[in-house]
Amino acid sequence: MSFDNFSDFLAMGGHGLYVWLSYGIALVIVAINLVEPLMARKQLITDLVRRLRRESSN
Amino acid sequence: MAEKKSWLPRWFYQLASPRWCYEFMGRLLPWFGVGTLFLLVAGTLWSLVYAPADYQQGNSFRIIYIHVPAAILAQSCYMLMAIAGAIGLIWKMKVADMVAKSCAPIGATIAILALATGAIWGKPTWGAWWVWDARLTSMLVLLFLYLGVIALHSAMESDTTASQATSVLALVGLVNIPIIKYSVDWWNTLHQPATFTLTEKPAMPTEMWLPLLVMVIGFYCFFAVSLMLRVRNEILRRERRASWVRALLDKV
Repeated sequence: MSFDNFSDFLAMGGHGLYVWLSYGIALVIVAINLVEPLMARKQLITDLVRRLRRESSN
Repeated sequence: MAEKKSWLPRWFYQLASPRWCYEFMGRLLPWFGVGTLFLLVAGTLWSLVYAPADYQQGNSFRIIYIHVPAAILAQSCYMLMAIAGAIGLIWKMKVADMVAKSCAPIGATIAILALATGAIWGKPTWGAWWVWDARLTSMLVLLFLYLGVIALHSAMESDTTASQATSVLALVGLVNIPIIKYSVDWWNTLHQPATFTLTEKPAMPTEMWLPLLVMVIGFYCFFAVSLMLRVRNEILRRERRASWVRALLDKV
């Protein structure tokens, strides 16, 4: 452990803003890259199923 | 008639089959998903809590655990995009085109991450968010190349022509990769030289570079997950008229 207590951990020796901002941006970018394709897949499957049903009903 | 001898291994032809790729990636995804989760959570805890602070930079040094993996990944992703594009151009392999297309948005966001964390790290270390340094500028060019590929692809009506055009752009832009790598040697820069090299032991102590290695591998696993999710979507979209996709959709 490099820190004695939790407030030291948050402060990061005065560099807290920089460190937490970096890790925060990383979390957002990683999350976007996983959630976006999953949502796109859901949307795509809905669209393709609808198209398939329309074609087979004609 | 004698059977034509092939000089390419069997897996190369299997890779050409969208259906085989779709199913194979579906089987790989859970493993890479678990790996990503484990490595990134462990790596983050390790780098934030257990790694020692740098004797000069203090705790701002911990940004390295995001910055270096992101920068490495942004460049590897570009190389994969260019190589997949070339394979698509030469062998007309549809899956390779889909891989190349799917690399672009991941690479662009990861390049943004590398640049943003670099700027955030630069402020307490160099006293400036941005300097027109060779390493920083060539990384910015990398981001613009990704954005160019995305824009060019979306400007084209047909998937085939779009893939051909973006592959050529990606291949031309490949010249930027050695420039990024050697920028710290060729020019006098503020940026420090490479942390990891394949041939030498890192200059950092073990308790500093080991978490970095975990983060780099974790970022690669994350990349694999995101890429496979995107490529599978592309396969479904482009192969929607194929009977196996119809059969798959009937089950939904």
